[in-house]
Amino acid sequence: MRPANEAAVRADGLAAGYGGEAVLHDVSFAVEPGRSACVLGPNGGGKTTLFRVLLGELRPAAGRFRVAGRPAYVAQTERTRLDFPITALDVALMGALAGGRWWLPPRRDERAGAREALERVGLGDEAGVRFGELSGGQRQRALLARALVQDARVLLLDEPLSGVDPASAALIGDVFEELRAGGGTLLVSSHDVESARGFDLVLCLNRRQLAFGPPAEVLDRATLQATYGREMIVLEDAGPARAVTVQHHEHAHGEHDEA
Amino acid sequence: MTVEPLDFLVDPLRSGIDRRALLELALVGAFCGALGFWVVTERLAYAAESLSHGLLPGLVIAALAGASLLLGAVGGALVAAALLALAARDERIGPDTGTAVAVTGLVGLGALLALEPEAPQRLDELLFGDPLGVSDGDLLAAAALLVAGGGALAALHRPLCAVAFDPTGAAAAGVRPTLVRIALLVLLAAAIAVAARGLGALLVLAVLVAPPVAVGRGARTPAGAMFAGGAVAVLAGVVGIEVSFHAGTAAGASVALALCLAAALGAALPIRIRAAADGARRASPGRRGTA
Repeated sequence: MRPANEAAVRADGLAAGYGGEAVLHDVSFAVEPGRSACVLGPNGGGKTTLFRVLLGELRPAAGRFRVAGRPAYVAQTERTRLDFPITALDVALMGALAGGRWWLPPRRDERAGAREALERVGLGDEAGVRFGELSGGQRQRALLARALVQDARVLLLDEPLSGVDPASAALIGDVFEELRAGGGTLLVSSHDVESARGFDLVLCLNRRQLAFGPPAEVLDRATLQATYGREMIVLEDAGPARAVTVQHHEHAHGEHDEA
Repeated sequence: MTVEPLDFLVDPLRSGIDRRALLELALVGAFCGALGFWVVTERLAYAAESLSHGLLPGLVIAALAGASLLLGAVGGALVAAALLALAARDERIGPDTGTAVAVTGLVGLGALLALEPEAPQRLDELLFGDPLGVSDGDLLAAAALLVAGGGALAALHRPLCAVAFDPTGAAAAGVRPTLVRIALLVLLAAAIAVAARGLGALLVLAVLVAPPVAVGRGARTPAGAMFAGGAVAVLAGVVGIEVSFHAGTAAGASVALALCLAAALGAALPIRIRAAADGARRASPGRRGTA
């Protein structure tokens, strides 16, 4: 038996890269079950690399990590195939592959579970709509439904709120709360400083770990400046460190993340 | 003298040779047309072309050893598939370059062996094919390909969809994308090896790539796209044999041209249909969100 307070996700001195030099190093943190952590950092800071290591897709160059069970993953929607002819229900049903039996069509209860997951993310009426025809926020919610069907204890979400409409963001936030209350562990990457304040823990990354802890302790001016460098403007007159980060995105959404 | 339209169409069936060619093309076309959806979706058209060249050493070794050429083709294609899958995995040089290096090595090896004094004379038959010359063994192999390959595609359907849609998310759900892609390459190798006996390496590519292009984005589901692709390939096979029978043209080339014509029609037609559909969608506010 594991002790109840054992970390659901733990990393010790983790480093990772692609072939040559490590793009991320000195990462050590632990997140207990039922807690949420925001992985904060600029684009190219190593957030996705960390997730690829935790998913087992990328072998760490150094250090160790442990994830309780197989984590579910919610990709950035632009990393999915929009021209692939499948519906929102088909996407949610992909989570059922975690139950094995991949060679058989989904069972009736798996279909019911996928519909229920779509209802939870507010896509009950869109089950039969092609994924590529959904809005950005709806696509993100369909991917979240797939993670719900997978029923994993650890969820890794890559920028789930980037470029999402406010209604979708609120729905996604509600699901996060439900998952946390149910003992789930969430790792959510973001480049938005203000969104990080709503999490139990914040992990600041910019090619290495700069800070890890509760947002009130971590989100100070020095850490944010170390994390974002010249991409950040600190608003001097505000109480706790408040910041505006300037991101260099190709797409229109999330061009400026305002504090 | 008048020619009944039905007689005109049925005439090739009265010839045993053409009947066998039609059966071979129907069996091979039904499977390859369906498999083609995944070949195009996973951007494996280049790999398919490489495989058809890469099985050369297997063919030549079988011919030199006096073994079954079909067996040689299958063995050569499987070895080539494994090598290409390994070469394409190297992220530093990219899949195209890795494939190019691997296939050049295989062709070089095949050429080296083919230049032996006792080199097989039937080699050009295998490279260019002749659907009118298929044997009972070829027909049996094509039937086995359709049954076993079709079963494999059905069993792999969910992992194939998950990997094509989002490989990282599929891996998180327990699917092994590398294994799924290797399975797809093995099916591709089997299809090329079997089809190459009757159709030749060049025509094989047409029967794999032209049907999904003809179907385009017209299908609502992956399964629908696969069935439509299989149907297009069978139909093009029939049209090709009819043309070959009545016009006296080379059967393999006629089928290839019929396939490419179907692809050209499919690629050209949906432009208008898609534009009309987009227009209709814009006209009604519908369910599209704002984000």
